[in-house]
Amino acid sequence: MSVGDAITRAHREEWARVVAALARRFGDLDVAEEAAAEAFATAVERWPADGVPPNPGAWLTTTATRKAIDRIRRESRRDGKEREAQTMYDDPPAPPSVIDDERLRLLFTCCHPALAMEARVALTLRLVGGLTVAEIARAFLVQEAAMGRRITRAKAKIAATRIPYRVPSAEELPGRVSGLLAVLYLVFNEGYLATGPGTDPVRPDLTAEAIRLARLVRVLLPADGEVAGLLALMLLTDARRTARVSATGDLVPLDEQDRRSWDPDLIAEGHRLVRERLSAGVAPGRYQLLAAINAVHTSARDARDTDWSQVVALYDQLVRLDPSPIVALNRAVAVAELDGPEVALATVDRLADRLAGYRAFHAVRADLLRRLDRSPEAAAAYDRAIGLAGNTAETAYLMRRRADLTG
Amino acid sequence: MQYLLSVIDDGTSVNTPAEEAAIDAFNDELRAAGQWVFAGGLAGPDMATVVDNRGGGAMVTDGPFVESKEHVIGFWIAEAPDLDVALRLAAGGSKACNRKVEVRPFL
Repeated sequence: MSVGDAITRAHREEWARVVAALARRFGDLDVAEEAAAEAFATAVERWPADGVPPNPGAWLTTTATRKAIDRIRRESRRDGKEREAQTMYDDPPAPPSVIDDERLRLLFTCCHPALAMEARVALTLRLVGGLTVAEIARAFLVQEAAMGRRITRAKAKIAATRIPYRVPSAEELPGRVSGLLAVLYLVFNEGYLATGPGTDPVRPDLTAEAIRLARLVRVLLPADGEVAGLLALMLLTDARRTARVSATGDLVPLDEQDRRSWDPDLIAEGHRLVRERLSAGVAPGRYQLLAAINAVHTSARDARDTDWSQVVALYDQLVRLDPSPIVALNRAVAVAELDGPEVALATVDRLADRLAGYRAFHAVRADLLRRLDRSPEAAAAYDRAIGLAGNTAETAYLMRRRADLTG
Repeated sequence: MQYLLSVIDDGTSVNTPAEEAAIDAFNDELRAAGQWVFAGGLAGPDMATVVDNRGGGAMVTDGPFVESKEHVIGFWIAEAPDLDVALRLAAGGSKACNRKVEVRPFL
């Protein structure tokens, strides 16, 4: 392995650990983030000449700790608090099992409900994911300076309001885990259906980061069904990534995808997780049901082999958990395959007042109308969907479908 | 660390006896847990008077400093080690007085 690869790998594997260890030790996310960044910069300088240290993680944590102490000494000399920094330096290093716990603490702090959703996403990607501010800004189409301010403001709120740096208590944990998973799912979806004109339709950097973080959470909370469910959902969705956009940049719908190009390893891993949850015998949550639906799709060798009654049954369970019109819309798509487009259209039309501003509503309606040979109405629905679409590949697909209408 | 828990009112209702009793019970819990610092209810914004003495010669005007649909109608000052504890207290206070509660730390 080259030194460059070693640094990339250390960054991927050790960044969150280093930030988390320093955050616990110094009780300050700013100090932790800056010292971690300095330690990696030092590695880039030193490793090519000195060689990669035998334990890169330990080297990075030690270097970052020294950087943090230097900074605190510099600042405390100004404030006359040197003794305090010295006391912290004498703390013994944490044993490995505690370190895993520290990354979890860091995640929960970044995903605290007192922070705005966009701040949670940005903080998680920066402090846990190790993405640069510039990378996060690019991913969410925000100016780098604005993203920097968003992260600074979130860290300031954590410090000023004293958002605790710890894993929530047992009674709070379920709510807080679901908040954390929502952040990861949002990152994944932004990667999977990137919004905005001129952006790549799929952002594998974001989907990969979301999966990596979900794997980490899974290691840290192995018994949580929804964690397993979200990871499975991401894997089974990401497995179809390359089949999902055509060579000409159109979105390819599920029934037209070349299933041989799906990633068999990701599918196998996703199926394993879904089976594990089924055998747990605990009522599944939202992500587990979505994962199970995706498991049905990825089990069919051909779109025609899809077990639609199973898909509809899973959506029925999901509707009971989440009565949102968007779930009802997705259920209608499955109903169209089982009971025909006419039945589905009646359901979809009942959602009109709640989903009139939602792109997928018009896209689904357009498709059902097309299948019922109601071309003029289908064309109007495609126009509404195209007007609302934010993803370049999806717009291309909708325009092709609209152009194919007969009559 | 001390937090200000402000009770937000939209002026559509007055406290019921049941709410008053729940607030008393909540106050007792705060005292028993050593988290009580201070609490009080306020008259509505129609009772407010604004004084501005920045320019010398205090200007006195009737009314709140800003007209809004919602306003602070009472508050607790509570002692809590971190925001999670303060948010739990705010949840209890919100339930007791049947209103929204805003949490802000003292500097």
